[in-house]
Amino acid sequence: MRVLEGEKVTKYFGGLAAVSHVDFHVDQGEIFGLIGPNGAGKTTLFNLISGALILKSGVIRFQGEKITGLKPHQICRRGVARTFQSVKVFGNMPVLQNVLLGLMFGTPTAMSSAAATREATGLLEFVGLSAMSATPAKDLTLANQKRLEVARALATKPELLLLDELMAGLNPTEVAQAMELVTKIRDKGITILMIEHVMKAIMNVCDRIMVLHHGEKIAEGTPREIATNKTVVEIYLGE
Amino acid sequence: MARVFSKRSFLPGLLLLVLILLATLPLYARGAYILVLLAAILMYIVLTVSWTIFSGPTGYISLAPAAFFGVGIYTAAILGKVLPLFAVVVAGGLISFILALLVGTITLRLRGVYFAIFTFGLVVLIKELLLFWEITITHTRGRFVVLVDNTTIYYVMLGIFVAVMLTAYFIRRSKYGLALQSIGEYEEAAAHIGINVTMVKVITFGISAIFMGAAGAIMATRWTYIDPYVAFNPLLSFLPVLMAIFGGMGQLYGPVIGAAIFAYTEELLLTKFPYYYMLTFGIILVVVILYLPNGLVGLIPKLWRRRAGGQRAST
Repeated sequence: MRVLEGEKVTKYFGGLAAVSHVDFHVDQGEIFGLIGPNGAGKTTLFNLISGALILKSGVIRFQGEKITGLKPHQICRRGVARTFQSVKVFGNMPVLQNVLLGLMFGTPTAMSSAAATREATGLLEFVGLSAMSATPAKDLTLANQKRLEVARALATKPELLLLDELMAGLNPTEVAQAMELVTKIRDKGITILMIEHVMKAIMNVCDRIMVLHHGEKIAEGTPREIATNKTVVEIYLGE
Repeated sequence: MARVFSKRSFLPGLLLLVLILLATLPLYARGAYILVLLAAILMYIVLTVSWTIFSGPTGYISLAPAAFFGVGIYTAAILGKVLPLFAVVVAGGLISFILALLVGTITLRLRGVYFAIFTFGLVVLIKELLLFWEITITHTRGRFVVLVDNTTIYYVMLGIFVAVMLTAYFIRRSKYGLALQSIGEYEEAAAHIGINVTMVKVITFGISAIFMGAAGAIMATRWTYIDPYVAFNPLLSFLPVLMAIFGGMGQLYGPVIGAAIFAYTEELLLTKFPYYYMLTFGIILVVVILYLPNGLVGLIPKLWRRRAGGQRAST
């Protein structure tokens, strides 16, 4: 089943096509990778899916329903959560409150504050931050702030999670931990769409990969197919 | 040693005691001066606390208080002759609320200094519109407001004060308080975790305007004669900001203490040292902002720690 589907998705910034006529789909339960050189339009595509930007033309469907034109908070409540390329945790709030906010506003049904706290504690345990629940988020390391963003996104009970460069800036150990976390999330039944520059990570965890270049889709397939695709290799290695 | 009062019951008890004192004050206060002074201090507290409800957590610096306050004043001038006082005050609050919702819907997409300038523009715009209206259409220059005695003004202001404090307290404690704070930190992230940022901002902006309008409506009755220049005094847009920073916005009582001390100091300096008033006042403000970035209440934890440390040393 297709969780997310895009048809001829197009967005211009001034005269420049940031994303141009991109067709894509993400299947239920898969980890779908989005790669491409800087400025390829990956984050723009994320912003279009999550409602931060409005498309020029084309259509995006989530679970068969059109979500283009909806506000970010509406898209979130339908079940699409995201993290940010540059971390945007609420730094002056304790870690637990960051997650609580997701639970209180991101889900269509309201819950009691005791149940919310219990669930938030569970999520912090899931991402490995239980020891820091009372720490102000700004005092966490980058790797932990990224985990917190994941926990906050998971708190909104998503069907689809968009991860924007989760591994950027992490050391090799942290990258390995992050890869493990991504598979753990998928094992919970959440579909993942991730932008990543760390090739080792993307080749290991993704089921399928799409490559963007200058806003256009140039390749799509399994990690093996992408690694042997001539155009992709040319773009990445400049041959 | 066993404590007679636990810390938990101490604070509400103290607040209740202060409130009872304030409520019974007119029964034993000698002369009207103390009531007039207290009503003025309460007015500043109401303006500052209601300003903090919205601008404190979100970081959107609104310079619109004078506009809402002025709308309240004109409500009293126009409706004061036909409606009872209580209805006039409520109307002042409601009209300000509606105006704030309208203005909020248009302007809350602006950020930072643009929002501040626009909200200040609102004060000037309404003033000029009223002047135009009064001169070309009604051919008047100002209006008389039905006079109300000082004790009534004092009680109504006390009522508004209690209402604004309760509102600020409950918003702060609710999940919307948390949402406002998240908007102040990363509005984009707040929207993407399901917070309807536009609605939360516009409604909170509206709620904060209610108390400013109500305060304007009751204060108008003290001035008896008003015109657009009196009603839309731009200073009243800046004072709440200064008072909130002066007191410190980290705690709910910060703006209260800030406004109270600020207003009282102003009164004291103005009556005792009229020539040095602005100079002294300026120096106090500069010192507070330089050395107490968290405002006056930022001092309390510092002193508390010092005192607690001292006690531990002596045992």
